[in-house]
Amino acid sequence: MTSGALAPGTVPLGGLRPARGLWALAWTRFRRHRMALAGLAALAIVVGSAVLAPVVTSYSPTALDPDHSLAPPSRQHLFGTDDLGRDEFARVIYGGRVSLLVGLTAMFVGTAIGVVLGSVAGYLGGWVDTLVMRFVDLMLSFPAIFLLLILINWTGGAAPVLMMIAYLGLFGWTGLARIVRAEYLALRAREFVEEARAMGAGSGRIIFRHILPNAVAPILVQAAFAVAGAILAEAALDFLGFGLPPDIPTWGNLLTQAEDYITSNPILAIAPGVVITVTVVAVFFIGDALRDALDVRSR
Amino acid sequence: MASYIARRGAQAVALLLLVSLVGYGIMSVAPGGPLAVYLHNPQVTPDKIELLRHQLGLDRPWYLRYVAWLGGLLRGQWGYSYYTGRPVLEMIAERLPATLALMFSAFALAVALSFPLGILAATHKYTWGDNLLSLGAFFVWAMPTFWFGLMLQMMLAVRWHLLPVAGLHEIGETSIVDFLRHLAMPALVLGVGSVASWSRYLRSSLLEVLNQDFVRTAQAKGLPWRRVLNRHVLRNSLIPIVTIMGLDLHVLFSGAVITESIFGWPGMGRLFLSALSNRDYPLQMAGLIISAALLILGNLLADLTYAALDPRIRYQ
Repeated sequence: MTSGALAPGTVPLGGLRPARGLWALAWTRFRRHRMALAGLAALAIVVGSAVLAPVVTSYSPTALDPDHSLAPPSRQHLFGTDDLGRDEFARVIYGGRVSLLVGLTAMFVGTAIGVVLGSVAGYLGGWVDTLVMRFVDLMLSFPAIFLLLILINWTGGAAPVLMMIAYLGLFGWTGLARIVRAEYLALRAREFVEEARAMGAGSGRIIFRHILPNAVAPILVQAAFAVAGAILAEAALDFLGFGLPPDIPTWGNLLTQAEDYITSNPILAIAPGVVITVTVVAVFFIGDALRDALDVRSR
Repeated sequence: MASYIARRGAQAVALLLLVSLVGYGIMSVAPGGPLAVYLHNPQVTPDKIELLRHQLGLDRPWYLRYVAWLGGLLRGQWGYSYYTGRPVLEMIAERLPATLALMFSAFALAVALSFPLGILAATHKYTWGDNLLSLGAFFVWAMPTFWFGLMLQMMLAVRWHLLPVAGLHEIGETSIVDFLRHLAMPALVLGVGSVASWSRYLRSSLLEVLNQDFVRTAQAKGLPWRRVLNRHVLRNSLIPIVTIMGLDLHVLFSGAVITESIFGWPGMGRLFLSALSNRDYPLQMAGLIISAALLILGNLLADLTYAALDPRIRYQ
């Protein structure tokens, strides 16, 4: 039935404007944040050039050219060359592939752990909740970096990228678990959960099918910040010598290798640092705007 | 308050025991072990390796070794470094003051800067100054710590010769001025992240309190604004900040490891890193325990401050 069929003078409730879903509404609110839009554009450039690396640069990130080592920035070499004559621009672009991939996948691992443990603890409560939350407390009062370094040192060598993703994920879920748990504590008392239980749905189905879609907003926001955190953590581990092997170009490795040349060719240290900072700031802005757009209550 | 302190103290000790057990367990199942360096040396025969294994107590099950190690820890016998052969406690004692000096000055710097900045931002909400501060905070969080350190080194030390590049002091120089000049950059690099986050937390905490009825009452009864801010607003905003400070302590620890590496600061962090590459297990274990103890102590202090600030906490 269209509104035209209604008696004249009555104002139809709804139907005048097309109904808008949560995501359309969120996008409208998101667009109000200019910094987040700038962040989205910056991130698109960084991610796009990493994905399309062979199109963006014709140089190989690993091809040696000893005759042109430590060259300053020029038209041929936008960011100059490193001590072995490798094109720094190509290394930053290809390095982004590794750093972004590690950041993104580590976020997925951490988010999966955080969501499962947080939701189960929040929904079931009781001893499960106590156990999980005490474990989170333990992780937070632990000098995590020391344990992380011990573990990396312990397994060093085999499948470094996969191990790095696993470690960053294993150490990066506690904050999310707390948030998800709080969300579940609030949601489990709601009518729709009651209803699902009355219909005979099991705990697993209620946790992941009924409640999870309602808790997606805070998880998404936290996931954005987790990507940023993982990128920074990976770079820091590279610097300490416990990250990915030096022959893999990552943003962290590029910075570490540039340390010896900050006087002779400072661009080597400046370029990767600026790219990391811009990428992470972009993710922060996006996460911050998401929080607002999805109406996540800030603590 | 006394029973609260006792309860939290007992929890802290239990936590420390658990940390030591986990750490020890992980290290004892580590592949290779401290004797790996000898395995490929033809000069060292298998029976010599067995002898070494026995001397180091490595032929006993790990839980027995743990109990023995824990007993030694309590008696002040922390074992000997596998690498240098020196007592572990002595090596740590040499390095700990430098790390504590660095952490303490970074902490003090962070408090000294974040409070005025946070108050300024909250009382001048949504002005360009406030916006600039929040933008600055985002950039500070986004910068890799070691990159910030490297850039400072490049500008302040290498280019402009304002501050020394690295180290604790010049050779043969013991003056306090020289020490402070060496401390300035590392403390700034370690503290700047906390300045950013604490000033932001303080801002939102202040804004929340500023909206409370009692603030309006205080103003309405004619108190000067400065007094309202100091006595009524700030005091009530401190509680969440103290909690955040406690939770952020581990950032100070991981940051210290990185900062010490950049600036050649002879502290615990660098000692621990070299212990890792040397497979020096007793030293690794000692580093883990000391840092866990400091961290747990810091959290305990934050909790107690919290309880002192807010009487409601104590009676839960």
